[in-house]
Amino acid sequence: MPAIEANGLTKIFGRRPQRGVKLLAQGADRAQLRREGLTPAVIDATFEVAPGEIFVVMGLSGSGKSTLIRMVNGLLEPTDGVMRIDGQDVTHLSAAALREVRRTKVSMVFQHFALLPHRTVGENAAYPLKLRGVNKVEREARAEEALAMVGLKGWGGSLPSELSGGMRQRVGLARALAAGTDIMLMDEAFSALDPLIRKEMQDQLLELQAELGKTILFITHDLNEAMRLGDRIAMMRDGRIVQVGTAEQILNEPATDYVAQFVADVDRSRVLTAGAVMERPVAVVGPEAGPKAAHKLMREHQTSSLLVTGRDRKVEGLVWEDDVAEAVRTGSEALPVKRDEVVRVAPDAPLADLFPYAAASRAPLAVVNDQGRLEGVIPRVTLLSALAVPGSDSALSPADAPGDDPADGEPVLDTAGAR
Amino acid sequence: MTPTSVVVPNVPIGDAVSDGVDWIKATFRPLLNGISDTMSLLVDSIADLLLLPPALVVVGLFTLLALLVRSWGLAVFTLLGTLLIVSMGMWEPAMETLALVLVATLIAVVVAIPVGILAARNNTVSAVVKPVLDFMQTMPAFVYLVPVVIFFGIGVAPGVAATIVFALPPGVRLTELAIRQVDRETVEAGEAFGGTNRQILRDIQLPLGLPTIMAGVNQVIMLALSMAVVAGLVGAGGLGAEVARAISRVDVALGFEAGLAVVILAIYLDRLTGAIGQPTGRSLVAVLRRRQAATAGSPV
Repeated sequence: MPAIEANGLTKIFGRRPQRGVKLLAQGADRAQLRREGLTPAVIDATFEVAPGEIFVVMGLSGSGKSTLIRMVNGLLEPTDGVMRIDGQDVTHLSAAALREVRRTKVSMVFQHFALLPHRTVGENAAYPLKLRGVNKVEREARAEEALAMVGLKGWGGSLPSELSGGMRQRVGLARALAAGTDIMLMDEAFSALDPLIRKEMQDQLLELQAELGKTILFITHDLNEAMRLGDRIAMMRDGRIVQVGTAEQILNEPATDYVAQFVADVDRSRVLTAGAVMERPVAVVGPEAGPKAAHKLMREHQTSSLLVTGRDRKVEGLVWEDDVAEAVRTGSEALPVKRDEVVRVAPDAPLADLFPYAAASRAPLAVVNDQGRLEGVIPRVTLLSALAVPGSDSALSPADAPGDDPADGEPVLDTAGAR
Repeated sequence: MTPTSVVVPNVPIGDAVSDGVDWIKATFRPLLNGISDTMSLLVDSIADLLLLPPALVVVGLFTLLALLVRSWGLAVFTLLGTLLIVSMGMWEPAMETLALVLVATLIAVVVAIPVGILAARNNTVSAVVKPVLDFMQTMPAFVYLVPVVIFFGIGVAPGVAATIVFALPPGVRLTELAIRQVDRETVEAGEAFGGTNRQILRDIQLPLGLPTIMAGVNQVIMLALSMAVVAGLVGAGGLGAEVARAISRVDVALGFEAGLAVVILAIYLDRLTGAIGQPTGRSLVAVLRRRQAATAGSPV
């Protein structure tokens, strides 16, 4: 049973909106409804979200995505269609029944955090439980737990105004987690944050998701965010869902011209990040190891270079096969470490930024986190193969590959490899 | 008969209202008397309470309150201002006026805030209330005095009644505004986590709207003070009575002194209530709290 199931969901704003439903059924378009003084925000939206899935609704402003998410928990009542949560029809519930659904099944994270400024961080996180009448001791314990999950342990006594934007949204996330519902709605949850913090929050969400397995309906206008987070993505335009699919499907088989245009600007090398394509380092060597040990490792793994990392996995430099062989021959005890020749890149660096480095160095790129610790490596071959269109025979001439043409005959995306 | 009165007949609105007032007075006499007695009793007891201790003790208390709630500056002003009132011989009428203002404000706020909340929640209520408030605010203040005197006779009660009517509107308006301007998303958060209307009102709308609501209360007090002086004309006593006497005698000295006492009271009440809505952070309470937080935080 899907966690969220929308069937023919329609929301029309204006006087006597049912008129609009009839007009739409007769084939009227948005402009005709506008002339009638009606604003169709969501038209005939049908989708299912499986338990444990991150389902992203992607659309530009005015595409109806915010209206759509508000119909899931009944903040807006649909004009037509059916919304089911865990199989229960929540379309036209009484106020009390709707409150029950919101308290036990669906929580929400807001774009501008929507925290209570006069309550502490702990009280904010505990607020859903307070509304539900959970006693003080228990709700404080659960709020503390939720705050720890989002990395805000010990901040419970602060006021939201003392926190940065990213931390405030963590409180928003903790509040939704403390509510303990299986479904979380996230309305442009990271859009108000600056890009670096946004990436951090996305990572955190993915980490939490791996641990908790919530059902998440995520709204965004940022295609990169959608592709990064979404198990599946629904593309919305003018109130209609124009395509539902995985990031790859949307990238490779756009259902309409609109989607094609939208993702045309998506450069594969920009959607994919270093963290997404990196490989486990086959071998590294400690700085105190002798040249003989290093030489042996290199022969075993048939590489011409090795990364040198300390005990804390911090990258200290690299050694070349030639230098190591020389050291072995002369009987030197010290590793001939080249400290400056390692190229370090962040996991969230887009592939596009890596080409100049890859061109300049024969050694694999080292992917390191904020603390300088090694997370993985990207050999040059990996970098190139990541750009190939998945499933196509030839990355360089995708138009020649017949299996790649979408059903409606639209031209296949130009890949980054051809640029 | 003038030509216009032939074309547009004279609609006897004034007569109708007058008849209505007479009817209300005749029909609800016991109720009106009860209200009148209660209000007089309230005002008199508060005035007695303020006048019971020696004036200098009360001056000290007012000064302390200013220090606790707002700042040193207001405390100094309060001390000098209230001492000036005492030295002008205006202490007793000033306390009577203060008592009248407090009672009228209390009743006005108790009525205004619930009405404001209803108006914020319901557009129909808002549409009905708005013109009534316009009427109450723009009808010249002196005009209220006539019917209230008929209802309540001469004395404190008509003064309080007229003051309430005159001072009520900003309380309602600013409460409605306060509730409506609370961030939409924050209210949605309350709804999304399953809050009832009452919970959302108590936890989100009232606390977040408090500064605006307090601005309304502040306006209520200011209007009440100005009306309390006008009410001196109908025998409400206090500084209003002094002003009325000064007018009838063309006594510039008395008029100025009574007027100055009103101004001092007004500034005091304004700054005090203003500080409740938007704390300055310079009050004794705030300073002590900060110091306590600093000492509690440092050894850890």
